[in-house]
Amino acid sequence: MSVVPNKQGRFGAYGGRYVPETLMPALLELEQEYALVKKDKSFQSELAYYLKQYAGRPTSLYFAQRLTKRLGGAKVYLKREDLCHTGAHKINNAIGQGLLARRMKKPRIIAETGAGQHGVATATVAALFGLQCEIYMGTDDMQRQALNVFRMRLLGSTVTGVDAGSRTLKDAISEAMRDWTTNIRTTHYILGSVLGAHPYPMMIRDFQSIIGREARRQILAAEGRLPDCLIACVGGGSNAIGLFHAFIKDKKVKMIGVEAGGLGVASGKHAARFEGGKPGVLQGTMTYLLQGEDGQVNLTHSVSAGLDYAAIGPEHSYLRDQGRASYTSVTDDEAMAAFDVLAREEGIMPALESAHAIAHAMKVAPKMKKNQLLVVNLSGRGDKDVQQIAKMRGISL
Amino acid sequence: MTSRLDRTFALLRERGEKALITYVMAGDPSLQTTEELVVELERAGADIIELGVPFSDPIADGPVIQQAAERALRSGTTLRSILSMVTSLRVKTQIPLVLMAYYNNIHAFGPERFCHEAAKAGIDGLILPDMPPDEAGPLRGPAAAAGLPLIFLLAPTSTPERRTFVARQSQGFVYYVSLTGITGAKLVNLDDVAKNVEKIKKITKVPVAVGFGVATPEDAAKVTAIADGVIVGSAIVKQIAAYQQKPDMVRQVAEFVHSLKTAMNAASLKNR
Repeated sequence: MSVVPNKQGRFGAYGGRYVPETLMPALLELEQEYALVKKDKSFQSELAYYLKQYAGRPTSLYFAQRLTKRLGGAKVYLKREDLCHTGAHKINNAIGQGLLARRMKKPRIIAETGAGQHGVATATVAALFGLQCEIYMGTDDMQRQALNVFRMRLLGSTVTGVDAGSRTLKDAISEAMRDWTTNIRTTHYILGSVLGAHPYPMMIRDFQSIIGREARRQILAAEGRLPDCLIACVGGGSNAIGLFHAFIKDKKVKMIGVEAGGLGVASGKHAARFEGGKPGVLQGTMTYLLQGEDGQVNLTHSVSAGLDYAAIGPEHSYLRDQGRASYTSVTDDEAMAAFDVLAREEGIMPALESAHAIAHAMKVAPKMKKNQLLVVNLSGRGDKDVQQIAKMRGISL
Repeated sequence: MTSRLDRTFALLRERGEKALITYVMAGDPSLQTTEELVVELERAGADIIELGVPFSDPIADGPVIQQAAERALRSGTTLRSILSMVTSLRVKTQIPLVLMAYYNNIHAFGPERFCHEAAKAGIDGLILPDMPPDEAGPLRGPAAAAGLPLIFLLAPTSTPERRTFVARQSQGFVYYVSLTGITGAKLVNLDDVAKNVEKIKKITKVPVAVGFGVATPEDAAKVTAIADGVIVGSAIVKQIAAYQQKPDMVRQVAEFVHSLKTAMNAASLKNR
């Protein structure tokens, strides 16, 4: 496998820069600026400082003893991104891009959000660096994640509802792209996942790859060997690529991405892009996409707002083509069941996104040998989902 | 054989006029209405018609065209049905018809098959707002083989390097986006537009048309003085939406288009 992306931002056949001309100069500038900071020691040490002192890194790699015992197979380790400040891995990228925005002297940042985790991370960074901030969110998601909407507002950001299309993450991204197109001279767009036009998928992967670098070091320290398998949930796929990236050359480490199976792939109400989609172009990038015959983008469904998106990050399409990673899906019900198991066995409430990864681990671990090692990325904590879960169970709080 | 697009620009140049390029969303509210609109808008003074292809996620468009796309999709419009409408239009009119589409619709159709069938139906050019020339590789061969010009866009944010890069590759005309923003925003800085159009004209011999933000006969008259073509989109689509339920919608929109062309011709006379 060669180093990806290439200069055109291609991961094999995927990626690229499918954007209006108005945005092209900004993307080229961002690419240049990012190439500079990647090598710039002062930027990197500032990034390391905030990740450690502000976000609380490194996050632990926790051996889930009771879960392991219950599953009766491989030793299950959880990479505890839920312990990050703001409750999910999203802060890693938000700090990186926030520092970049400050360096590019953009006084305003914007972001889209689905579950609200990236929105909260961005609003947090805006407060931290004194930047003006506007967050776009589908009105359906605003309802599902009312708590996060309020958190963003408490942090001083403007949350703007997007009432178009499916009123979820996809429409929030389109609206953020329109804002960016209009205010490009003053504004940096902090995209939240490994999506969009080059250099975003590469840059966000790099900012998230700290997850895998830590996990690799930690598992070697704990077990003296590499894990047999990695599992992470995949919406756009930033937590997954963040975990996978440091292990890509370790060919013996299996990597599995878990998509949202919603009500089941056969129902058509899901966000399983590989099972149900084909390559196409959405919001700046060529990748696997849930779409109809005519190339209209399909509506998606998932209990978890963060996985409820029609396209997958282009690098995942590439890793799958190369056979380096495999992808599967679990249903809403399976994810909900996994949420309960983790809460009761380990005292950890996972985000509904991360519960998808747990659900698949529960299928895989029992089939593995007892001396094998499984690392699951616990990408976020479930506090934000408590209200929604209560509602689904008919409990009024 | 010169293309309909080239012939139209040449003819207008002879007459000392500028091209009025009107945008309608194909299938809004139905393809039958679009067909009727094309014929009537030509009669009212439109020189070139841009046919929008509805896409579920139009990132370059403001709310007016987004909603038009939603209406068109609801009426069941597809790229295929638009091409058959164009085939039937070609019996009635030789006005240049340019498709404005997001790339995914063409990708799903198959670029090669699409270029072949679009040219056969009587399409005269392609504008793809989410496909800068940097990504146009896979389309270039099929488009050239079908004789279909690829019309690229330049923006106020384009650097001198990109201006040269894009202008040199644009065929048919160059689409200059008058403002930093999405369709339907307000036209603000005409001096900048004039300067940028000037710069583009030094790079390429193909005509330069200005769009985004041209909403009134006054706007159209002002742009007439600067560019070879004036593109009006959202303002027309807004009228189509407003009069949708009325029996005389087509006439109302045609009257508006007539007022645009009249203002442009008056401006051309004055500038001569």
